[in-house]
Amino acid sequence: MANMSLTKVPMPEQEPDVRNKNFKEVALGYTKEMAMEEATRCLNCKNKPCVNGCPVNVPIPAFIEKVAAGDFEGAYEVITSENALPAICGRVCPQENQCEGKCVRGIKGEPVAIGRMERFVADYHMANAKEKPVAIEKNGKKIAVVGSGPAGITCAGELIKKGYDVTVFEALHKPGGVLSYGIPEFRLPKALVAKEIESVEKLGVDIETNVIVGRSITIDELMEEGYEAVFVGSGAGLPRFLNIPGENLLGVYSANEFLTRVNLMKGYEFPKMPTPVKIGKRVAVVGAGNVAMDAARTAKRLGAEEVYIVYRRSEEEAPARLEELHHAKEEGIIFRFLNNPAQIIGDENGWVKGMEVVKQELGEADASGRRSPKPIEGSNYIIDLDTVVIAIGQSPNPLIRQTTPGLDTQKWGGIIVEEETMATSKEGVYAGGDTVTGAATVILAMGAGKKAAQAIDRKLSII
Amino acid sequence: MYKIVSKERLNNAVEMMEIHAPYVARKCEPGQFIIIRLDADGERVPLTIADFDREKETVTIIYQVVGYSTELLSQKEAGDFVEDFVGPLGMPSPLKKSDKKVIGIAGGVGAAPLYPQLRKLAGLGVGVDVIIGGKSAEFVILADKFREFCDNVYIATDDGSLGTKGFVTTVLEDLLEQGNEYEEAIAIGPLIMMKNVVKVTKPRELPTTVSLNPIMIDGTGMCGGCRVSVGGETKFACVDGPDFDGFLVDFDQCMKRQGMFKEEEHQCKIGRGK
Repeated sequence: MANMSLTKVPMPEQEPDVRNKNFKEVALGYTKEMAMEEATRCLNCKNKPCVNGCPVNVPIPAFIEKVAAGDFEGAYEVITSENALPAICGRVCPQENQCEGKCVRGIKGEPVAIGRMERFVADYHMANAKEKPVAIEKNGKKIAVVGSGPAGITCAGELIKKGYDVTVFEALHKPGGVLSYGIPEFRLPKALVAKEIESVEKLGVDIETNVIVGRSITIDELMEEGYEAVFVGSGAGLPRFLNIPGENLLGVYSANEFLTRVNLMKGYEFPKMPTPVKIGKRVAVVGAGNVAMDAARTAKRLGAEEVYIVYRRSEEEAPARLEELHHAKEEGIIFRFLNNPAQIIGDENGWVKGMEVVKQELGEADASGRRSPKPIEGSNYIIDLDTVVIAIGQSPNPLIRQTTPGLDTQKWGGIIVEEETMATSKEGVYAGGDTVTGAATVILAMGAGKKAAQAIDRKLSII
Repeated sequence: MYKIVSKERLNNAVEMMEIHAPYVARKCEPGQFIIIRLDADGERVPLTIADFDREKETVTIIYQVVGYSTELLSQKEAGDFVEDFVGPLGMPSPLKKSDKKVIGIAGGVGAAPLYPQLRKLAGLGVGVDVIIGGKSAEFVILADKFREFCDNVYIATDDGSLGTKGFVTTVLEDLLEQGNEYEEAIAIGPLIMMKNVVKVTKPRELPTTVSLNPIMIDGTGMCGGCRVSVGGETKFACVDGPDFDGFLVDFDQCMKRQGMFKEEEHQCKIGRGK
């Protein structure tokens, strides 16, 4: 008989007032006992809607069954048969829209805590497992992967298991893409990212850092060097700005710059680490997606006294995960919904001193189906600030499309692919992740990387 | 890791290094730059490319020892390694053949990135003059190397210890007043120098290209820290530049942005105690 508790076994967390002053992980993870108890909530139902909800189709009930039995290594094997980065997915996947969103237990009460159990299993494995070397028979074909973020690493991991020689080219000095430079330590510890990437390297994947495809070498040159296929997972690296007056003032950062200074360059340890980040006492983050929440919570941890989220639509339209909004509120972030920035105001030395915002009201639904905000005349006011972080989205990096003839892209820059195979308009070149979809989630990028790996394998097996 | 093949001191504050970096050496063109990181904890420092050797797969950088990272770099010798060396970054300079001569104007270490540009122009058959400026004779670098292909090498020093006493703009103004005609001016140096060059060339409608090296992190368009106003539009120096039309660049904004982390630079030097 299944455990019919309507709620998930709660996961311990650092207290909001403690954690908003440190960079340690917020959620502390299940113990063995908690994981085993939660596992008994799974009905192991016939239709397994959770598996369909997972972009990489992890056999979820099968791994939960192992957890219930206390066979955590067995559970790990089940998960990693389909998902190369479980410790990461257990932490940053929007499970509420995917596996857990489909869970029948969610119809009445809370769904099974699939994400928390996935995280537990992956962490247990990292802490306890002894690596056994796997013998993979090589097929002598080599594949290039552009970018070592979630899409690229997944694609590389799949292909290496199928016998290909895989080289991943990474533009930065450290692999991981957005997992390294974007998502903060308190949500995704970097030591864990490094371990997950290491496990893919142990399978034989070669990661070459400091190579910018499109600058250091082109895709055509990679093909000439004998790579039989190229997977492009170069992400959505180009920050968007608001195009309002004052955006080039000192103290205005893109979310990318702000988070990269803190996460990749460890700016929170300045001056022990030489890359600084300046924050001041009052910070506004413009936007209400996950990146905006990351930036706001990071600013708070860096010692800002007042941190605002300024968003032109209402809370209902905010694209961030509910959990992220909830965590941000708990940590004392001040939300100014239905507030649209009009201009950033500087002092005589060119530093930010405030931002003029206009209050909005919701009008008719627009093309995206969301009610579009309209300014309320005469409602302008000024928020006093030291720092502004713009977190309104990113576009795909242009370097690859500019240097790859025959690669078709959307008007906004995304690479166009065939949905089934992730094949681009250029023979032998595949693409997936944010460079195709625009900024989306880690797991969708992983799903795309995996789909591309399967298509590449099908194609090259025929030849 | 990237090996330092050779190192030479050009003067008290300026050094030259040749670094083995195959990817950069194979592809780089005049006008582009690299990012260097000295150790596992290092910051990413953009530096212009002074020269390259495709066969030896080396890239030459010339840098002024001004801050924490360049001081650390200065402690390294030939045979040592740097942690990271990535590029080429930025767009190559759009150098093309012209009937009229081109004049290059360099201030301090600005002579380093100017050198491969003018050499390429000379190789295309374009007549090239150069004005090199520095605080004093010691700070005038690469003059002999420019002499190998320039028709005229003019020198200006603040103290008059070499060449004309005064700024590069003093020499430039004289040359233009004397009726010398140029297709284009290429000015690379401190922001204030480039701003002042434009003050001379703009009224005379002499097209002027400047090269910017603002604060940046990744150098691939990702952080947007290097944004600069050009003709009222925001551009990223790392992917849209580093070369821009000098008439359109908002130099005052560039100068302010350059000083964004002044206090921290100071803290970094004492804080890391090296």
